[in-house]
Amino acid sequence: MNASEVLGALKNFSAKEEILRRLVTPEIEAAVAKIPKPVGSFGFDAWGYNEDQFKVGLAGAKWLYDHYFKVQSFGLEHIPKNGRVLIVPNHSGQLPLDGVMIGVAAATNPHGPRAARAMIERFFPTVPWLGNLLNAWGGVIGDPINCTKMLETDEAIIVFPEGVRGSGKLYKHRYQLQRFGNGFMHLAVNHKTPIVPCGVVGCEETMPAVFNIAPLAKVLGIPYAPIAPPLPLPARLVLNFGKAMHFKAAKTEDEVTEQVEEVKHEIRQLIAKGLKERPSVY
Amino acid sequence: MAIAKRSAAAATKKTVLVTGAGGALAKRVIARLHGKYNVVAVDFRRKVETDAGIPSYKVEIEKRGFEDIFLEHKIDAVLHIGRIFAHEYSRDRRYNANVLGSKRLFELCKKYGVGQVIVHSTYYVYGASAYNPALLDEDHPLKASEVTMDLVDSVELESLANIYLWKHPELHITILRPCNVLGPGVRNSMSLLLSRPYTPVLLGFSPMMQFLHVDDMADAMVLAFEGNKPGIYNVAPDDYVPYQRAVEECGCKKLPILSIPPSLPKIVSGLLNWNAFFPPYLINYFKYPVILDGSLFAKTFGFKPKRNLNDIFTFYRKNKLISP
Repeated sequence: MNASEVLGALKNFSAKEEILRRLVTPEIEAAVAKIPKPVGSFGFDAWGYNEDQFKVGLAGAKWLYDHYFKVQSFGLEHIPKNGRVLIVPNHSGQLPLDGVMIGVAAATNPHGPRAARAMIERFFPTVPWLGNLLNAWGGVIGDPINCTKMLETDEAIIVFPEGVRGSGKLYKHRYQLQRFGNGFMHLAVNHKTPIVPCGVVGCEETMPAVFNIAPLAKVLGIPYAPIAPPLPLPARLVLNFGKAMHFKAAKTEDEVTEQVEEVKHEIRQLIAKGLKERPSVY
Repeated sequence: MAIAKRSAAAATKKTVLVTGAGGALAKRVIARLHGKYNVVAVDFRRKVETDAGIPSYKVEIEKRGFEDIFLEHKIDAVLHIGRIFAHEYSRDRRYNANVLGSKRLFELCKKYGVGQVIVHSTYYVYGASAYNPALLDEDHPLKASEVTMDLVDSVELESLANIYLWKHPELHITILRPCNVLGPGVRNSMSLLLSRPYTPVLLGFSPMMQFLHVDDMADAMVLAFEGNKPGIYNVAPDDYVPYQRAVEECGCKKLPILSIPPSLPKIVSGLLNWNAFFPPYLINYFKYPVILDGSLFAKTFGFKPKRNLNDIFTFYRKNKLISP
């Protein structure tokens, strides 16, 4: 290659394109192409999900999934290929990494990939760039109207009924399910949606928190301020998806709580299974 | 003889009064109604040039002269499209025309036995907030006035129309809340904005938006009129695009504005007198999405837009090529 050829090649070189080409592998392209997700003429849906940006986000997260957290997923066949579904996992590890990893597992599911939508905190849309980016990757603010509309259009949604009670709990409470909200059960029943329970093992060890500085969190306006490692540790993750559960409308809120207990019981068993399957913590 | 025949034929046709007749939307609506109905055109700005057989009046609907039109013509239906935009005239003048004028219009409709009223509202009434879910239904709270005093008239016009909708079912009021309407001749803020070579965008914010071609909106108004199913309807396509992408597609160059602190873009807009196309009270609409669920209207009236987003943006892109 002579000097002019090198110069010619350099002139056409775009760092952005080169990075994208290496990041978004043919496997990712193929998986996203198979996702049964309707988008508009510019590749966006009503919440700002965008296929192209989703591919890039998925590619980055897939690297973490394969090489950093070395995730093992079982029971992926229980996530339906199409149609509405609520994926209900336990929540842990301070950061919503469990949601991201479940998203990767669903999007690269060999039995039929899905773009699983995660419910994000309400303050994200107010953060420049980040708000739009999370939307493009499939994140949606956790509003019952959003959930309802997405189920009506047969989306797959990840719901953490524990919310910040789960993600913010201390290391000494690891693998103990916190109180579940009943909202997801009402949504499932009202919109005839199957619930796929999921047990996440390993996220507790990514960010073991010893103490929560509650007054600091209050001042900063964030849910919790843990004393924990500054970055997630490379703990091994095990995801176990259970059989889809179907529920009929309950008469009273007490009965709904009983139905929620059934889901919790299922998740506890999936967590126990995962703890046995895990070869080592890190 | 021929004249008598013609007037007899005219008498059997419904007479439709269209306000805001000089605007791009009303002109198209009139063109669609003409022939099938007797059309009466009204505008407060000027006596609009109309086709033969369409009487045209320059009148302000909050003034007394407006009633004479009802005496002269037996009005069967009113398509209330005329609105003073926020960048035209003062806030008081706007309030008088949009809110008090509309109240007077409803009263006259009652008095002269008008059987149908279509009110052209706007998606702005929902208000742009970070907490907005997407695909808002018609029963979502109207929070625009929470954000700014300058949108109070839009919200009040709606609540007024709602009062008459329930109190006087004989008026058969239909309220339409369209998303951004764009196209040739349209003079609303969004259209003026996308016609500019340099278009302000807020750094780090690109909310999802919906756009409807003015020809499709005219079709929607005629469908609502002919279908006559009173109620409140969002009119929006099920296609979505982020604002900054729309700006690019329209061939505009982006003029980035710092979005933090939140008051900064408002100050910039105020100082540079961007009132017509990027006014301080609409800044939030360029920050947070207001996405409508238009399925109720689509189902009720069998409405499907004929022009897609690319058709809409092409007009703005081509216009820039013609006049650089």
